[in-house]
Amino acid sequence: MKPEHLQFFIDPNRCIGCQACVQACTECDTHRGVSMIHLEYIERSSSVQTVPIVCMHCEQPTCAEVCPADAIKRTADGVVQSARKPRCIACGNCVKACPFGVPEVYEDRQIMMKCDMCYDRSSVGKKPMCTTVCPSQALFFGTREQIAQLRPMSMPTNQFQFGNQTITTKVSIMIPRHGAISPLVNILDAMDERPTARSVSLPVIAGATDDPFAEVKV
Amino acid sequence: MEGDPEKPLDVLVNSPGREGLTGTTPVDMYAPVRDPEQITIAPDGRPMTQQPTWRQDFPIDWPQDHYVARRDFAKFLVLTSAAFVIGQLWIGLQNAWRKRRGEFPLRKIASFSAIPVGGSVVFHYPDAHADCILVRTSERELVAFSQKCTHLSCAVVPDVEKGIFRCPCHEGFFDLKTGRNIAGPPPRPLPRVILSVRGDDIFATGIEWRTI
Repeated sequence: MKPEHLQFFIDPNRCIGCQACVQACTECDTHRGVSMIHLEYIERSSSVQTVPIVCMHCEQPTCAEVCPADAIKRTADGVVQSARKPRCIACGNCVKACPFGVPEVYEDRQIMMKCDMCYDRSSVGKKPMCTTVCPSQALFFGTREQIAQLRPMSMPTNQFQFGNQTITTKVSIMIPRHGAISPLVNILDAMDERPTARSVSLPVIAGATDDPFAEVKV
Repeated sequence: MEGDPEKPLDVLVNSPGREGLTGTTPVDMYAPVRDPEQITIAPDGRPMTQQPTWRQDFPIDWPQDHYVARRDFAKFLVLTSAAFVIGQLWIGLQNAWRKRRGEFPLRKIASFSAIPVGGSVVFHYPDAHADCILVRTSERELVAFSQKCTHLSCAVVPDVEKGIFRCPCHEGFFDLKTGRNIAGPPPRPLPRVILSVRGDDIFATGIEWRTI
């Protein structure tokens, strides 16, 4: 049996906002000093929860669809590359079109740059920089069987709803396995949602078992 | 996929048994490769044949962008060869045309018997704007030169007795026999008209441009 394809998994629940991925991305030689990963605060006034966003590498890349200069190309392995330098006109169509807000136009150098899954690394068998440094493995690069074993409570999904557009991506996001999530994750839903006040109690000391976190009540 | 708790999976990429296994490099190793013409799927999901032409001309995927069908390649070869052939023909035609243009016409200037010794005839050769002069210097000798002084194109006047052409504008002098500039401002000899005498008729057959 052939081993499975390596994939990128984002687990926003596990993000602790340590900025390690941002710093690791900044060190990359192909775009030295500029970070391609976005570490966003979801609702900064009321929560410290952050979420890392890398390029999701869509099956039908909207950024490439809207590019008037034919500058955004996808390689055969499904990785949507940064804008081709001779072609990009820095119009910013891709910035407006991307459902995940990944591409950015750099006005000083007049080009769009975005995450390409560390193509110099991942195309020769290395993990992307951000996944090598993430201390909580909110960013994970491995097979589906690995992620299934490591995260029994979650499951990966790579289909999203953005208005009328259904997006299938190469990168997966971990969602609760037994949650009340409609068949597709709707990206626009989260925009108006506010986090509810929650109390968390950890019965760590009383009746401690092998896995204290198994009894976390939310 | 259920993991075996007895044998936990190694998450490292470079662990034994996983050498060379990457998520990206070998396209056809794990996923079935689609026809290069069918990789890019339009947002409306319809097949490529129903899509507008620009979508086939500007595909999103690199393999499809680089894919060259055999028919397209053959078309390219044929058209390129045809362009070369047409180019060669065009060059040949231009050469022939240029060569023909460079040839001087054969034109009758005057009758030998009509010119007295020491007399001259002004004629136009090879076209109507080129003034030339024919001088009978002796019984059996004829010379013909362009009449334009090589200094500033004034008309030169022959003086058979002194054996010169004289330009009255700036006192330039040319030798009557050879047309060589011998005094005054003219920088070059007069262009010589090549003559041919057949019977009683004098023909001009060409012009010899000289710098010295």
